[in-house]
Amino acid sequence: MIELHGIYKRFGEQVVLDGVDFTVQEGETVALMGPSGTGKSVLLKHINGLIRPDAGRIIVDDREVNRLTRDELTELRKTIGYVFQYGALFDSVDVFENIRLGLSDEGQYGDMTFARDRVAECLKLVNLSPDEMKKLPSQLSGGMKKRVGIARAIAGSPKYLLYDEPTSGLDPVNADVIDDLVKHLEQALGVTSVMVTHDVRGAFRVADRLALLSGGQIVLHGTPEEFRQSDHPKVQAFLQRDFTDTPFAA
Amino acid sequence: MTAIALRLPGFLGRLILGGLAHVGRLSLLVAELFRGLAEWRIWVPRTFTESANIGAGSLFIVLLIAGFAGAVTAFQAGYQWQTSLPVYVLGTLIVSTIVLELGPVLIGLVLAGRIGARYAAELGTMRVTEQIDALESLGRSPASHLIIPRVLAALIMLPVLTIFADFMAVLAGWWSVKQVLPVTDEDFAYGAQYFWRPFDGYYSLIKAFFFGGAIGLISCYMGFNTQQGAEGVGKSTTTAVVASSVMILILNTLLAKILLN
Repeated sequence: MIELHGIYKRFGEQVVLDGVDFTVQEGETVALMGPSGTGKSVLLKHINGLIRPDAGRIIVDDREVNRLTRDELTELRKTIGYVFQYGALFDSVDVFENIRLGLSDEGQYGDMTFARDRVAECLKLVNLSPDEMKKLPSQLSGGMKKRVGIARAIAGSPKYLLYDEPTSGLDPVNADVIDDLVKHLEQALGVTSVMVTHDVRGAFRVADRLALLSGGQIVLHGTPEEFRQSDHPKVQAFLQRDFTDTPFAA
Repeated sequence: MTAIALRLPGFLGRLILGGLAHVGRLSLLVAELFRGLAEWRIWVPRTFTESANIGAGSLFIVLLIAGFAGAVTAFQAGYQWQTSLPVYVLGTLIVSTIVLELGPVLIGLVLAGRIGARYAAELGTMRVTEQIDALESLGRSPASHLIIPRVLAALIMLPVLTIFADFMAVLAGWWSVKQVLPVTDEDFAYGAQYFWRPFDGYYSLIKAFFFGGAIGLISCYMGFNTQQGAEGVGKSTTTAVVASSVMILILNTLLAKILLN
């Protein structure tokens, strides 16, 4: 279970998160939505300790992330797969090595036979051929990079998966493929997922619950049905994809 | 004038705080390096790869610069030559100048540009494209994967390249001085050996070792702490080269004072 209580974060004079409370239950997929620049990715990076809050508590499996020692944080990170917005693949090594680095067990990482089998298995899970192993990231398309990024995140069999804008920059067909993949992984691996997105359609297709971040706070956190029925102006504006002359414009 | 006087304390304060922040972050990086040494299975193979890359990649430019530097040293020695001195002194002069000063310092400054810019740009690009965040999110140490191999490669390869540079510069100086003055091979060899002390060679390598450490550490630090996209990478790269070069000059002075006096 992931719990965020009163998260406050500012960069210089700009307050990005202003007392965010957010909970993710075991086994569910939560879509964290909001217009660009509202701090969704910043919030996501708090969960695995890539960014530390100025105030507030982040609790993952009863462990308070900002109080963990370095070694404890490393161990926690091995249970959390993170899919970066632009893949963040290591561009100097091939697909095999990229995914192999996701193996959290050092024995498995050093065992080349196991690593090769596991990398092939992860590639199949994200609908890529094992033949792609020898390619460099520069030889992959945008959609393939995203899928390799997901394969790397699941290689260590994490309990949680955090997706940062997994469909941004993709055409609608490839975006649907990634959305289906997120849903498939949730069912196949039983992982708990948090997906940052501004793609309303994708979020409604994939998520069990949704959260809307605006003005540094969670405006609404609920089921897709609760979102549809909400009369909150920011929720309505976001669902109608009309951010002009709405509270978002301010 | 009054406005400038009022702003001065604030400016100085920010400057001092900025400097202290750099010292603090650099200290944390060094502490991370020592922690990362335990993961030798990760950094040992990467150190070999990095060493081979910067060694083989830098050898041509090192030999070229050393050759020209040796030749110019010989021509200038010939220009300032007094006929009252025995000619074998030329061998002493050229070898000492190259081994004690020109070889390590010139190669250090050249490699501050070549290796320093490369390290800062590589790590800076990795930072702004979230590759370093990705490594951390996988529970892996950027120190053992990225920084230790680069710093160790610079520490190892600077002395190795300096040995090549010293030999090349001496050979070029030897050949060149024969073109401008009536010096025989025997005279040059006698002069080179007459005042030669093994410590001179060690001193050259000690300097190169320190210069390598400065280049590796400063460049990795700058690249690792890059911010703000492509502009940030450019800024880190420039700062890495300038800071490494300045540190080489400072270390050169300190080492001369400590080891030669």
